[in-house]
Amino acid sequence: MNASSLLKRHHTLANPEAQIEVLDNADALGILSFAHKMETFGLFPLRPTGIDILQVNVGKMCNQVCKHCHVDAGPDRKEIMTRETMEQCLAAIKTSEITTVDLTGGAPEMNPHFRWFVEEIVALGKRIIVRCNLTIILANPKYHDLPEFFKKHKVNVVSSLPYFSARRTNAQRGEGVFEKSIQALKMLNTVGYGQENTDLQLDLVYNPSGAFLPGDQQGLENEFKAKLWDGYGIRFNSLFTITNLPVSRFLEYLVHSGNYETYMQELVNAFNPTAAANVMCRNTISVGWDGYLYDCDFNQMLDLKVSEKNHISQFDLDLLNTREIILNQHCYGCTAGAGSSCGGAIT
Amino acid sequence: MKDTYYNREDLKLFGNVTDFQKELGEKFFDYYGSVFKDGALSKREKSLIALAVAHAIQCPYCIDAYTSDSLKQGYDEEQMMEAVHVAAAIRGGASLVHGVQMMNQVKEKLM
Repeated sequence: MNASSLLKRHHTLANPEAQIEVLDNADALGILSFAHKMETFGLFPLRPTGIDILQVNVGKMCNQVCKHCHVDAGPDRKEIMTRETMEQCLAAIKTSEITTVDLTGGAPEMNPHFRWFVEEIVALGKRIIVRCNLTIILANPKYHDLPEFFKKHKVNVVSSLPYFSARRTNAQRGEGVFEKSIQALKMLNTVGYGQENTDLQLDLVYNPSGAFLPGDQQGLENEFKAKLWDGYGIRFNSLFTITNLPVSRFLEYLVHSGNYETYMQELVNAFNPTAAANVMCRNTISVGWDGYLYDCDFNQMLDLKVSEKNHISQFDLDLLNTREIILNQHCYGCTAGAGSSCGGAIT
Repeated sequence: MKDTYYNREDLKLFGNVTDFQKELGEKFFDYYGSVFKDGALSKREKSLIALAVAHAIQCPYCIDAYTSDSLKQGYDEEQMMEAVHVAAAIRGGASLVHGVQMMNQVKEKLM
């Protein structure tokens, strides 16, 4: 496995259609289609419960090349959301019931309009989440003040740290990432993030470093808190356990390592109807770097756009609230075990 | 007949033991499920104990199952290997402590 994007390597799975072809081959594995599975629990067609969260992918450019990245992000990816598209996002936010704007990437901070966008969202009185990969803070002197910037705008910082040891973190996210992440977490702690008696929320994301499902969220949070405090004097608020979905580079890993069939079976066997009723696509709309609309970030990477008025410039709240959510085999990832969303377990 | 005594795929069929004896099989699986619930020990702690025991009794199915479960529970490589060393130490100790029996015999028999 090379440390570059699928696109740069001209890998077949850089093409969303090729990914769907692999996923659609479920019959060969004896796996029921996800839509049929949902139907047996009265959840098909799946419809929204209301749009509470707008998740905006402001670009695929990233300073890291994580092996499991479902965005296929990396330094070679040049797709970046324009200011015009951001303005269209702001217009949509103003006319909707959206309470939270969740900025992701790539490394969202690498978008040249990132800070302006954050300020505009805050001015609208919305809760804002930034999915910060931590190492970006140290990647260039122009990012060193990000903790202060986040603090000023009371951004909820959500950061991936797949494990509390260097070996497993670096195996997934790249050599030296763990050490830099620890340094960045200390910088965030220093300005007040994750500390008691502040409203500066610092949450960590745990996702398994391999072909297995995450364990109990609370148990892992306790373990992370103990290890990061004892080992490094680091505090954070909550740990979100997120299941890796068989999309993009994680799909490549599964196929390449011979784990694909077993992993899919594990997801299917762990199907949880309660989690299925609470999946994040029911209260979220995902916006791609080019303004197209999707049910979630994973559908975005598989190029499964919402069916009508599918650009942010055509944002139609009523239509989106009554749409049929597009399902595919990767959705088993969000319904396995305690369920999975960008905010962690859902049951 | 299969070529080997142990087949990884057989682990998935464990539940089928109830086919030949439903009542006892179901009682066992009920008991098994209860054992691994959170109690005075957490299910996380129980997973690592199971991993060590799997090695002590050298059950390939159990090693596969509790390696996966220990990873899922968030244990790292060092913790898992230390659990295996606990099993090895107990097994090794179990052999070695019988050396006392041997010594006793020797003392009885020698002038």
